[in-house]
Amino acid sequence: MAKQANLENTEQPAHMETLYRQMVQIRHFENKCNQVYRMGKAGGYLHVYIGMEATAVGWLNCIKHGWDYVITAYRDHAQPLILGSDPMKLMAEIMGRQDGYSNGKGGSMHIYDIERGFFGGWGIVGGHTPIGAGLAFGSKYKGEDRVTLNFLGDGAANAGVFFETLNMAALWDLPCIFIIENNEFAMGTRIEYHAADTELHKRGFPFGMKHERVDGMDLVQVMKDAKRIVDYVRKEQKPYLVEVMNYRFAGHGAADNDQSLYRTPEELEHAKLRDPIKLFEKYLLDNNLMTQEKMEAIDNEIEQDIERIYEEADASPHPPIEDVYSHVYTDMEPEMGH
Amino acid sequence: MATTIEPTTQTKTNFLTAIQEAIAEEMAANKNMICLGEDIGILGGAFGVTIGLQDSFGTERVIDMPISEAAIAGVSIGLALNGKTVCAEFQFMDFISTGFDQIVNNMATYHYRTAGEVALNITMRGPAGGYGGGALYHSQMNEAWFANSPGLKIVCPSTPYDAKGLTKAALRDPNPVLIYEVKELYRKREIEEVLPTEDYIVPIGKAAIRREGKDITLISYGQNVYHCLEVADLLAKDGFSAEVIDLRSIVPLDEEAIVTSVKKTNRVLVINEAPRTCGFAGEVVARINELCFEYLDAPALRVTRLDTPVPWVKPLELFVLPSVDKMYQTALKVCRY
Repeated sequence: MAKQANLENTEQPAHMETLYRQMVQIRHFENKCNQVYRMGKAGGYLHVYIGMEATAVGWLNCIKHGWDYVITAYRDHAQPLILGSDPMKLMAEIMGRQDGYSNGKGGSMHIYDIERGFFGGWGIVGGHTPIGAGLAFGSKYKGEDRVTLNFLGDGAANAGVFFETLNMAALWDLPCIFIIENNEFAMGTRIEYHAADTELHKRGFPFGMKHERVDGMDLVQVMKDAKRIVDYVRKEQKPYLVEVMNYRFAGHGAADNDQSLYRTPEELEHAKLRDPIKLFEKYLLDNNLMTQEKMEAIDNEIEQDIERIYEEADASPHPPIEDVYSHVYTDMEPEMGH
Repeated sequence: MATTIEPTTQTKTNFLTAIQEAIAEEMAANKNMICLGEDIGILGGAFGVTIGLQDSFGTERVIDMPISEAAIAGVSIGLALNGKTVCAEFQFMDFISTGFDQIVNNMATYHYRTAGEVALNITMRGPAGGYGGGALYHSQMNEAWFANSPGLKIVCPSTPYDAKGLTKAALRDPNPVLIYEVKELYRKREIEEVLPTEDYIVPIGKAAIRREGKDITLISYGQNVYHCLEVADLLAKDGFSAEVIDLRSIVPLDEEAIVTSVKKTNRVLVINEAPRTCGFAGEVVARINELCFEYLDAPALRVTRLDTPVPWVKPLELFVLPSVDKMYQTALKVCRY
């Protein structure tokens, strides 16, 4: 039986420290990923969660770890970190190493950790949303009380398959929470340029699905909303569409070097006034839940920890060429005769 | 010692009923199996393949789906991740294109990207193929799209025996499998046959020799197998003995059966209903060149659909698709090269 997260003691200092550590861990991990990418040690396409931490930390701490299901798009490092996946295996995967979750064959955008209820990490925008509905269908079918968190971005809310999925989820009352992380940009296209109605939560309306827009930057508020909605979906076994307003401080991908094409430095600075880590630090200080010294100590400790994780991952070799055919099928290796 | 399965009844079964039986028997044997598809429940499917299935197994296990191929394929993945055996029907294989991304990107690769931890036991089946006047979007053989996507297995039976055996094999296979059911064969009286009463499968990846011969090998699958048998009759009158191979599986491809036959006949013609450019016939010809070029006494040729859409009007449809006459003329060319 999977372990269950402690959902009741949200005001306890020990729990506050856990949350703070997760926020800081994601920030440092993602900074390291950007660095690793610039060093040429991670190839391809890599997307970090900097600025959006409160959304995943808030929502994923309101579900039962190892029991409830989580699926997301390609900005997928934070979710497994929160769910308790091994950060070294995660970094190794991002660096394309043997010790990674997919032996380095999946990479940054396709992390998974099924033991912890994390089904990916999907590289095609909107494409994973029916899989999340299928996960919820499966758990409901078996009579389990699991909830599926189905994360997608504001850009994915325009994909056709998402609408097919919303219809099915509502038709069959699937216990699936569609969480549109509206960070205001589909890569470099501002929401006003890509969505006919920028209130994306309304996309639940035509399907008779409960829907609302909530904050994604203030962790305390995020958790209040998340807990309320997760409890509703678990109890009622019905879908819900949530639009979470957040903002990414980093580029779309690690190679997104010219953000001036789609946003001004002033806009970014303004958004950073609501840096989720700073907001949470203020909350902790104001409520005497943690001291400044303790925060700094945690920050230093995690920064060093991420360095160690990186060193360990870097020591892992690339997968051997002989493995190139493995796991394409369960029972055959294609074209071995050639 | 070889054992032959003696039929206890002489009742002949048609192609459609053979598939129906395979699905129903697997549903009865595997409580984890569910069927999804448009109109498969109340209506029993556009062609009636699933008639009676919902009555036997209930609405919980035979589920009518909205017209949402992408979501059907995507939801199938989520269900398979929950340990379900999924049999998804596509109303016509032409329509599968609307679910293409889910199949070739998400479904085909999940085993690989989980380093072998998870396999998706999903069977996707549906009616396919031309010669029936279905026009552009109800006539295609698009198996090459999926053959170009590693991680999927693809089969195309041509007899009731194989239809039942391959459907059962697919439903038991832990990998995603596509079944191209030739709809023109569904109720074809001439191919009805007595099926074993015992449980059996036809292994995926094994071709069948439909006729033995020594002068030329005719390779095809699906409806074209019957055309090849007609061509073999015509060739016999010219003094050429043709071997007819029914591939049955497209992926994996039974290279051994192909090579063994080509080494014997030294001449080969591949027939395929898909368009010429990048159709699967081209792949078979390429493999023959790679594996047994030195045994060839003539170029390995192919007869395929023309590189045009499939027209509605019959004479044009029959001109666009491989005809017995075109196959025969081309086979003669190969034989006399």
